[in-house]
Amino acid sequence: MIAVGVQAERIDIGAQAEALGRDGKAGAVVTFSGYCRDEDGRLEALELEHYPGMAEREIEAVCREAEARWPLMEVRAIHRFGKVLPGEEIVFVACAARHRGAAFEGAAFIMDFMKTRAPFWKREHLKDGTVGGWVAAKDTDDHAADRWHRL
Amino acid sequence: MKLVYFAWIRERIGLAEEEVALPAGIVTVADLLHWLKGRGPGYEAALQAPEIVRVALDQEHCHHSDPIGQAHEIALFPPMTGG
Repeated sequence: MIAVGVQAERIDIGAQAEALGRDGKAGAVVTFSGYCRDEDGRLEALELEHYPGMAEREIEAVCREAEARWPLMEVRAIHRFGKVLPGEEIVFVACAARHRGAAFEGAAFIMDFMKTRAPFWKREHLKDGTVGGWVAAKDTDDHAADRWHRL
Repeated sequence: MKLVYFAWIRERIGLAEEEVALPAGIVTVADLLHWLKGRGPGYEAALQAPEIVRVALDQEHCHHSDPIGQAHEIALFPPMTGG
């Protein structure tokens, strides 16, 4: 079962994590939460732009690939858009499986591909009141996604 | 056909979206990017390094060598930085 969300509202990490693995079938639930850093006090907020429609479709496609690759019982992926403050969550991913290996790998796979395939872009808002630049994509994210092709 | 732009591509072009009628001879995504680049300074600035621009045909990622086909909505955006 896949549940995907794209939302401006905060993600209730506790409630999301609690909702998985309560059916008595799963032996492992791995959750990942990605947060907005203050970049050593430099950042006021991150602004996330997204492509409505395509963002949901791409996240769902990545979750389906994870399901095809590992025996996952439940997959959840939620990504925020709009203004996110330091200390707030940007993204949440959870995988429930019979055993921990699939749950760990499924969650890592989903994060790596969400970063390189889901249409979201970050822009910095700085503490001095100015709007900073768009965050540049990192080669390390591409490499993290590429490694799954070699496994 | 509808073109939609995101992040710094949207800002440089100065539009979030527009309807365009493509001239004859534009077959691939690369043809489209080359044509767009010649439409004015904003387009020139947005497409100065066209190889890094990502394109989606009807909300599906594609390669620059892919034919545009019957796509209704073509999106141009920088490499993604979510997550």
